[in-house]
Amino acid sequence: MLWLDQLIQGVLLGGYYAVVACGLSFMFSVMRIINLAHGSLIVLAAFAVWELASRFGIPPFLGLVLILPALAALGWGLQRAVLERSARGGVLVPLLSTFGLSIMIDNALFERYGADTRSLAPYLGDLSYDSWSITDDIAIGKLSALIFAAAVLLLGTLQIFLSFTPLGRAIRATAADRDTVALVGINARRVNATATAIATIMTGIAGTFLAMRTTFTPYAGAPQLIFAFEATVIGGTGSLWGTLGGGVLLGVAQSVGAAVNPQGFLIGGHLMFFCALFLRLALSGSGGLLWRPARRRAA
Amino acid sequence: MSRLVVERLSARHGLLQAVRDVSFELDRGEIVALVGANGAGKTTLLRALAGAHPVFAGRVRLDGIDVTDLPAEQRVRLGIALVPEGRRLFAPLTVMENLLLARSAGRSGPWTIDTVMADFPQLQPLRKARAGTLSGGEQQAVAIARALLTNPEILLLDEVSLGLSPLAVDRVYKSLNALIAAATTIILVEQDLRRALSVAHRVICLREGSVVLTGRAADTPRDRIMAAYFGTDAADAVA
Repeated sequence: MLWLDQLIQGVLLGGYYAVVACGLSFMFSVMRIINLAHGSLIVLAAFAVWELASRFGIPPFLGLVLILPALAALGWGLQRAVLERSARGGVLVPLLSTFGLSIMIDNALFERYGADTRSLAPYLGDLSYDSWSITDDIAIGKLSALIFAAAVLLLGTLQIFLSFTPLGRAIRATAADRDTVALVGINARRVNATATAIATIMTGIAGTFLAMRTTFTPYAGAPQLIFAFEATVIGGTGSLWGTLGGGVLLGVAQSVGAAVNPQGFLIGGHLMFFCALFLRLALSGSGGLLWRPARRRAA
Repeated sequence: MSRLVVERLSARHGLLQAVRDVSFELDRGEIVALVGANGAGKTTLLRALAGAHPVFAGRVRLDGIDVTDLPAEQRVRLGIALVPEGRRLFAPLTVMENLLLARSAGRSGPWTIDTVMADFPQLQPLRKARAGTLSGGEQQAVAIARALLTNPEILLLDEVSLGLSPLAVDRVYKSLNALIAAATTIILVEQDLRRALSVAHRVICLREGSVVLTGRAADTPRDRIMAAYFGTDAADAVA
């Protein structure tokens, strides 16, 4: 029974990781940019929703909806001001610039909020601790279930958006061949800025979930970035369903690790990450780590 | 009135001047074959006309509108479509998705999914196939169809027969006949002189980035074009 419980809790936790990973994998698959400020942006959004809740009494879910336009604008500006310029300088420069950005965000948040831990749980009422009892041994937290359902819904919606809408098609075409989309009338810059806005919106949702399910501090971004990165590597960036799968595998591995030994939570996840990494390297030969890119032509 | 006016156009690859002072005009419904040896600047010229390569000097006007400073995505909206060398399809996307992307140009006209499928019947069963899995000839058909779906005023075709089997080339040229019948304005870059001359009204020969010969395709003897092509007879140079 213990194992079944760990499995269920791991799957539910995986839903959260999928949301955390979504923005990171989306940006990598569309623009080949690994955004090291991803974790910091998650925490920034968490503080924004917390600020609205604590200062103005705005419920967290409403607060999230309110900050979404600001997040989209932030993503658009980030692409135009930082990512686009640094991507022109090669693969390494975006890593450095987003790393610098994450340091700036973390320390600005620390300046403003100090080292106190905070949470959105007090603003959620019963939802933060309530659960359904399935058997005597197994209970499912309502918040965990809600986050998992939201993860499936979000990633599913985003995948359908990418697959079937004109903008989704334009995003995939730009990812496949940035130079050629202009020939069919697509403005690649605008498409990439839109994609970054979508990624930061997903980041904001992840930040809200982080603040709801646990406590956070200004420096809480780094572990979120690691979880996002691990889920992305495990699941691949070929599709968002892969990201969901990667998140679930990571969650289950951590949960099982914790059942083996109370200290085993992170180690279980890291082991899963390394197994996935070796498998990918073995299967793809000299190909990329995160996915096998579609055949690209030199210009 | 001329549809497309190119005035003293120059384009560079770094320090190399690939297109030098090229001027010509193109009328509605006219088909021009752009010929020349490898490295003569044909592809760079087409890409500069489409906005895919920066213009170093000179002007490009379409129906009196100066498009020289417009990026490629805006030139497509005005009606200049390029079928690039090497096809450049979006490989992970399906054939249908590749075609639907052309709607981004926001131009309506005679070309719709149904009409291109009628002219390129070989694409009908491949609608759902990934573009990257297609044969070269099929990919070329998709690339031309994609350009047509932007309903261009002027179609720039770069090396449509490169790397294709003779059979596939026949099919592509058969489809081109439908465009010619529809009086589409075309600039055609082609290595195969015989094929190029069979469809073109006019021929422009480039050598080392400069126009060395222009003339009506029907009146220009092949050996004169060959001489200009290889630069074996300097007396033939016509600027």
